[in-house]
Amino acid sequence: MTTVDKEPSMVKQKEMIGAHFDRLSTARDDGKKVVYTFVPGNLTELLLSFDVLPVYPEINALQSAMRKKSGDFITEAERLGHSEDVCTYVKCDIGMKHKGNIGPTGQVLPKPDLLLLSYTGCFTFLKWFELLREEYQCPVVLLHTPYQADGEITPSMREYMIKQIKSEVIPALEKLTGRAFDEDRLRELLKLSARAEDDMVSVLQSAKHRPSPIDAYFGGVYYIGPMFTAFRGTQGAVDYYSLLRDEVEGRVARGEGPITPDGPMTTEKYRLVVEGPPNWTDFREFWKMFSDEGAVVVASTYTKVGGVYDFGFRHDPHDPLGTLADYCMGVYTNRSLPQRVSMLEHYVREYGADGVLVNSVKSCNSFSAGQLVMLREVEKRTGIAGGFIETDLVDARYFSAANVKNRIESYLQMIQQKRGGHAQEARP
Amino acid sequence: MRTFTGIDLGSTTTKAVMLDEDGQILGRGITNSRSNYDLAATIAKAEAHVSARFRLLSRELEKTEPAATLEKFLTLIEVEFRRQQSLEQLRLLADATARECEHPRVARIKDALIERVAALVEHMIQAEAKPAPLMVVKEEKKTSDFFRDRAASQYSRLAETHADARVTFDDLMSIFDKAIIRVENTELKESFQDLMLRALSKVSARFDETTAQRHRTAVQRALDIELLNGGVIGTGYGRQRLPFPKQDIRSEILCHGLGAHHQFPATRTVLDIGGQDTKAIQVDDRGIVTSFQMNDRCAAGCGRYLGYIADEMSLGVHELGPIAMQSERRVKISSTCTVFAGAELRDRLSNGQRREDILAGLHRAIILRAMSLLARSGGVLDEFTFTGGVANNEAAVTALRQLVDENYGARTVNISAGSIYTGALGAALFSLRAAHEQAAA
Repeated sequence: MTTVDKEPSMVKQKEMIGAHFDRLSTARDDGKKVVYTFVPGNLTELLLSFDVLPVYPEINALQSAMRKKSGDFITEAERLGHSEDVCTYVKCDIGMKHKGNIGPTGQVLPKPDLLLLSYTGCFTFLKWFELLREEYQCPVVLLHTPYQADGEITPSMREYMIKQIKSEVIPALEKLTGRAFDEDRLRELLKLSARAEDDMVSVLQSAKHRPSPIDAYFGGVYYIGPMFTAFRGTQGAVDYYSLLRDEVEGRVARGEGPITPDGPMTTEKYRLVVEGPPNWTDFREFWKMFSDEGAVVVASTYTKVGGVYDFGFRHDPHDPLGTLADYCMGVYTNRSLPQRVSMLEHYVREYGADGVLVNSVKSCNSFSAGQLVMLREVEKRTGIAGGFIETDLVDARYFSAANVKNRIESYLQMIQQKRGGHAQEARP
Repeated sequence: MRTFTGIDLGSTTTKAVMLDEDGQILGRGITNSRSNYDLAATIAKAEAHVSARFRLLSRELEKTEPAATLEKFLTLIEVEFRRQQSLEQLRLLADATARECEHPRVARIKDALIERVAALVEHMIQAEAKPAPLMVVKEEKKTSDFFRDRAASQYSRLAETHADARVTFDDLMSIFDKAIIRVENTELKESFQDLMLRALSKVSARFDETTAQRHRTAVQRALDIELLNGGVIGTGYGRQRLPFPKQDIRSEILCHGLGAHHQFPATRTVLDIGGQDTKAIQVDDRGIVTSFQMNDRCAAGCGRYLGYIADEMSLGVHELGPIAMQSERRVKISSTCTVFAGAELRDRLSNGQRREDILAGLHRAIILRAMSLLARSGGVLDEFTFTGGVANNEAAVTALRQLVDENYGARTVNISAGSIYTGALGAALFSLRAAHEQAAA
């Protein structure tokens, strides 16, 4: 995005992220402990209650891709023996480590003191931290997250999670930091989480307006940034989301569309729901393929991978460990296929969408498996047109711009034709 | 008369279809796609225009001529017209080859080269100018539509006899290879009317004076019909490069869907195998696309794959199907990777497998890949229409029929003789539709 388009919330977000990487770059000197963890089902508030600094390798990978560095990192990892078929987030991360571990701000990232494997719904995560354990020679603590195979969180699943947090995760953090678990501190952090979550949900739901003031996928990935990473449970996040909410409400009041790479979108022609992560290597170009056609994403499932908040869940300070368990098991990737179908159906109806588009990424089988079946079911239930494109997360070799653009344009024209833009048969 | 044109800029060929106001096909044109997309579009359109004039002429003749002489006259006049067109192109080739002989790269043999090439092209002109008996005329109509292909085969044949130790075959061919690009990128100067009248004067001698007079009247009437451009819509892989406003550009997926529906109204599933992509499309009873799948960034198993195979075997792409049809023991091939196609082929040939059996396996592999896209798009419903250049390949069609039957049961499989024009036809229909909508508004 150009500097002229930057809104105060964007400036604030950049400052927050910059400050976090500053803290990381001096962590050793400051005597701070560093924990690497994942975005889905992250235990950020618990980590912050111990004053440790979290690092999210997935975020580093996607940031590397946006800075056009992932290609080199992936090549490096392949040189080390990781095959072409391995998840490109993993290869990007390992390649980055071997090329000096320079983070998105150009500063060197500290080594982890502990690897907190907080989510096991992705089997690759296990292997990823197994590799990092070897790389860094540091311990791993594992939180095994039961999958919502039957579409619900049962009391025994919840107890199992709480037990693991109590008997595995907290002792590991106590051992790492040499301090005792402070439940009151955690409650304070969770209180702040819930406040920020309220504002974030309001921002995401603003897309129900016509025109939508936000793009809930391409813009959405920026909006979820602080919430899904090191800032949940901080005053900074509360301030950021309050500021963002004000800005978005201002846009609603003025009847303005979202801000795109080319400035504000003036005409909203298509309202889409998108399933699947975005491509990061060509993020801007990818976004433009939509915005150039007047297509705005009004709801996306990817913006729920670090927590599903728009169906009422908030972190609950009154039940600190139980709420962490609920949160971890409730993230989007931990939901069953029927649950995901219901969510998509709900979004189509609630946000008045014209279509559902799946971006199937080559790297992520745990995301992609079943997507086409889900799409067919959503089409059947809602009667709206489904579309399907294929890209990758951070490997530019799997992004064919001409092919993707062709499919997106064809899909949008199909929607237009289907809704009667040109519904009459040509033959007289 | 208002006309509506669709142009399909494919990766291999560019097609144009012209419709009249009733949605009837007036003319079709095809040319090789090239780096200059504008020119490819212009030439395809010009070709469609020529074929439209012939269609109009045929309509005029139908009013007065008995069926037998009508067909004879139409065949003769068209071949004669094409001959006049070719002669103009050959004269351009003479100029272009002469210019290429001036290139410093061939300075050491310049004089000899100029002489050989001039004699060679003159030979081609003389051969082309010779009027042919009707039997030969009918045969001629079956050869390739592309001037490049016809000229290349003739030139290379003559180059073999004109070459010697001083001016080699390769020297002669390198001049042609450069010159033909120049010729292809030059629009013909002579108007349709000039070429037509010249052709008519040559053909008239073959008929008695009364008949010839009727022909002259019909030709004049056909020429007098004013063709007004009612709209042009572009589609195909190169559509973004067409000098059209955005609203005049359509995705080829929509165009193939509508084109297939127009040809076979009961169509519900469409498969299009083009040069660099394969598309499986589902349409409703109005030809509106309801779902589609296409190959991802890898173009394995698309039309271009057959092109590589043909090159590897030193065959024309149109020869592959007939050879594969002779297979008795199909070789099982899974990979359709275009990059490895050559290696795979050589490997199997060196293992002693027969060419026809390998080709039969390759055709089946292509269709297997298409079957996967079809499955993901929603399956093969009845009726099923196969479009695109590969639909002209007998072996591909046979494999497709078998696999559809095995996986989905009995289906009506439609293949139009003009399957390669389906996308352009859909685009032309969109143009006609836009005009109707505008009129209604």
